[in-house]
Amino acid sequence: MTTDNLSGKRLSRRAVLKTAAAASALQLAGPFIIKARGEGVVKLGLDNPLTGTYAAFGKNEMIGCQLALEQINAKGGILGRKAELLVEDSTSGDAGTAVQKARKLIDRDKVNFLLGNVNSALAQAMGQVANEKGVLMVDPGGHTDPITGTDCHWNVFRVCNTTQMEANAVAGVLIKDYGKKWYYITPDYAFGHTLQAGMEKAAAKLGGTKVGGDLTPLGTTDFSSYLIKAQAANPDVLIVLTAGQDAVNCLKQAVQFGLNKKFHIAGAQQELEVLEGLPPEARIGTWVFEWYWKQPHVPHVAQFVSEIKKKTGKVPTARTWFGYAAAWTCALGAERAKSLDAVKIAKALQGFKLPPEVALMPDGAFYRAAQNQLIPDLYVGNAKEKGEANEPEDLFDVTRIVKGPQVAGTLEETGCKMTWPT
Amino acid sequence: MNGRQAANGAIWIALLTMPWWMNALGGYTELGTQVVVLALTAMALNFLLGFTGVLSFGHAAYFGLGAYGVGLTIRYLVPSTPLGILVGVAVGTVAAAVIGALIIRLRGVYFAMVTIAFAQVFYFIAFRWNKVTGGDDGLISWTRQPLDLGFARIDILHNAIAFYYLVLVLFALAAAIMALLLRSPFGRTLLAIRENERRARFLGIPVELHMWLSFVISCLFASLGGTLYALLNNFVDPRALHWNMSGNFVIMAVLGGMRSFWGPLIGAAIFVVLQDYVSSMTENWQSFLGLFFVLVVLFFPRGVLGVLRRRAVS
Amino acid sequence: MTQLIAFNVFNGLIVGAFYALMALGLSLILNLSGVINFAHGGFLALGGYLAYTLIPHIGFWGALVVAPFLTAALGLIVERFLIRRLYGRDPLYSLLLTFGLAYIFEDGTRTIWGASSVPYQIPASLNSPLSSQFFFLTGYRLFMVALVAVAVVGLFLILNRTRLGMRIRAGTSDLETVSVLGVNVRILRTLNFGLGIYLAGLAGVLAAGMLGLEPTIGTALIMPSFVAIIVGGLGSLPGTLLGGLLIGVASGVTTVFFPSASEAVMYIMMGLVLLIRPRGLLGEEGRIQ
Repeated sequence: MTTDNLSGKRLSRRAVLKTAAAASALQLAGPFIIKARGEGVVKLGLDNPLTGTYAAFGKNEMIGCQLALEQINAKGGILGRKAELLVEDSTSGDAGTAVQKARKLIDRDKVNFLLGNVNSALAQAMGQVANEKGVLMVDPGGHTDPITGTDCHWNVFRVCNTTQMEANAVAGVLIKDYGKKWYYITPDYAFGHTLQAGMEKAAAKLGGTKVGGDLTPLGTTDFSSYLIKAQAANPDVLIVLTAGQDAVNCLKQAVQFGLNKKFHIAGAQQELEVLEGLPPEARIGTWVFEWYWKQPHVPHVAQFVSEIKKKTGKVPTARTWFGYAAAWTCALGAERAKSLDAVKIAKALQGFKLPPEVALMPDGAFYRAAQNQLIPDLYVGNAKEKGEANEPEDLFDVTRIVKGPQVAGTLEETGCKMTWPT
Repeated sequence: MNGRQAANGAIWIALLTMPWWMNALGGYTELGTQVVVLALTAMALNFLLGFTGVLSFGHAAYFGLGAYGVGLTIRYLVPSTPLGILVGVAVGTVAAAVIGALIIRLRGVYFAMVTIAFAQVFYFIAFRWNKVTGGDDGLISWTRQPLDLGFARIDILHNAIAFYYLVLVLFALAAAIMALLLRSPFGRTLLAIRENERRARFLGIPVELHMWLSFVISCLFASLGGTLYALLNNFVDPRALHWNMSGNFVIMAVLGGMRSFWGPLIGAAIFVVLQDYVSSMTENWQSFLGLFFVLVVLFFPRGVLGVLRRRAVS
Repeated sequence: MTQLIAFNVFNGLIVGAFYALMALGLSLILNLSGVINFAHGGFLALGGYLAYTLIPHIGFWGALVVAPFLTAALGLIVERFLIRRLYGRDPLYSLLLTFGLAYIFEDGTRTIWGASSVPYQIPASLNSPLSSQFFFLTGYRLFMVALVAVAVVGLFLILNRTRLGMRIRAGTSDLETVSVLGVNVRILRTLNFGLGIYLAGLAGVLAAGMLGLEPTIGTALIMPSFVAIIVGGLGSLPGTLLGGLLIGVASGVTTVFFPSASEAVMYIMMGLVLLIRPRGLLGEEGRIQ
């Protein structure tokens, strides 16, 4: 083999690598550029899924955060300093990555606030890191109860509801309007277990009974055998507690089996992202939304909707609002405490009521003291096949607004015993 | 020989002084710890892949078993880090011994496929057995415990640097054992099997037994890596067992150079730092990771050290 | 109870037929080219998404015909420019390559079609139960089984009756001889790869009607196909078919008694097969050495 030949080969290989590298550089400059990490700015680190199963939720929360940051900076920043959002992809299920990214944000980027995570498990893991390092954390959308219950921390605040609150909100309506015999299809992990326990507890108080139920493994693709069993039990209401992709699969198949014509289908938490992913005929059932974009009589909502629409071309979902409220919580807490000290801010947020332009709800929302849980309004209603022609994204018909304090239970019931650093 | 010693020296100095230069370069201590932990696992895999010529695409199983072993021990049994590590390694090794015996007669791509499938078994157990493993939520409510040396207590939980050195000590121990094994007659036999299995068989070498031993040793150190990974994160979740993890270990070994002892370390360092960097830059990092796999396979199959060595020879 | 079991056996057959469809594609490629195609799930998702995009223009039936072919076309390109370069090298490299491709596919579909699932509509004529007694027999499920049956028969006809098929079969058992006999092995492998990807695309179009179509749809479906191949026998297409049906039925029946183990039972079967008959139920002896 001659040297010429070899070097020629090497050259071409280099050329290819170079092109690839150039292409990557171009791409890297694309989606979200992290601005210069200068001193003097107040940093919010968002560690949330952008890839995997929860990517859609994570992105919407990110958009909400971004809008909040723009507004905060337009109003003069946090304590007169510019606020900046750093975004890291936590992935949807890999705790190793989520924890590593949380550490990176705290140790290297020195963020003042940590935000995240859609996945409750990752939120808990991040909470542990944030607690260890004494950083204030706001969890926008991880629902599992212990985060503001048995595993609560002084520095961890949560925007979205606990599963118990959602269960309490919907149970009454279901018993009153659709019947007392319930059959459960519950995802077999912590979120599902607490949700079902919450539903059973709420139903028992009102005289409802459980006629059967199945725990379906997370990630189940074929629900037919569970649906066959449910049909055999002949309930009044089929309670579908699966979330995300499992919910899509289950509802799609239930409708194909015609079960929605035999009994009522309902559940607790439901999201606009999920309804949009269903074919129209499968958009059925009674659910709880944690925030809804169509609230014609509530001030500031229309403006929020139009600003999000300007950014994305789509209406905001509950997730967008979670992110928005979470970022604003950080800014408002710092302003109230007149400090960036995590303990002072956490103290300042005890019992803090969000201003109406952030709360965007008829009755407002506040952080319950000694639990750090936001107590908002909940929206109970029915999914609908399609919206009016001019509002194709209106897929949910709110029939009742439930006030948070009525469903939040007592502080003792949540099991939160908070200890503060001395 | 001198060059080799110099290279060894350089690697150890770089590892020993990591906490001093890592932060200056824009990294953070835990990033260095992660490199060492994953490098240990990739080197363990390479014991089988590069030095025995057996392609396992399911090493995440033993990595993850180690991780769950330490997590479950500290959570439910005894709050002791060393004991947890021992249990984790034992669990991973025993599983490897049993599965290895089942599959050792398969070769090449079929062997790879069966290792993947078995790794999924453990993934599903971890994923579905909520009561014990926490399922998809992962195993929480435990942390690494302080080391009690009798004369002193080392807080490896809050002191990231102390934990790094604990990891480094175990890494050094594992590397030394693997290096010694490879230099021994046993190691030479493995090389002979890699180069020509049929000839080795004709020479009367019990090929299956050697492959099985190599598999078990490799998995032993992979589960050690897993225990350290769990301790690093204070958390275990089923992702540690997922095939993506297995694939990452293989690419680390290939990227650094499968034929070199230190190759996987270099590969792990490049891989971890690159992934950490790119995933902060763009949400499309998966495409970059994929493209990276493709480019390495097409243009860089010998890995960094393989190329360097060839340069040195020519 | 017996009724419930009968339901689930039948339902397991439907699901198993679907696994088999995917596994056959994987198996074709594995047998002739020695490549484990990790990106198979990615191709499946792509098939579904292409159909989703095409349905508003050419309807479900049009998309059912066109989308798998488009997927296969992409498969041909991937084979021609990437995978072909790795034949004859350690299988490690093709594995890593398809592994990387799987990442790119997942990210690509998410970038193009978004992260949440999309509303994929199937014709109303298929979307309801045949009778309220046997409500689990929806038109769509029966249609799926019928189509899988057609695809399988078609595949075996191609393999047994056409020149291409005979060459593929011959190449599977002895590639060297086939090449010496003047068959262009490169083209043979490319076409075979395309055929395998066609089946993945078809599986994607079908799966999207029953499951939510989102970028990770293929990931959950690829593992059962691996198991189907191992159980059925490495190197044997009838074995793969049998393996798919078997694990479908097994997990269907297990769901009645012990839902959490519905997936585990596949792997238990795999372990047993490997223990008793390492080459799989219908596997050829020479394959595993």
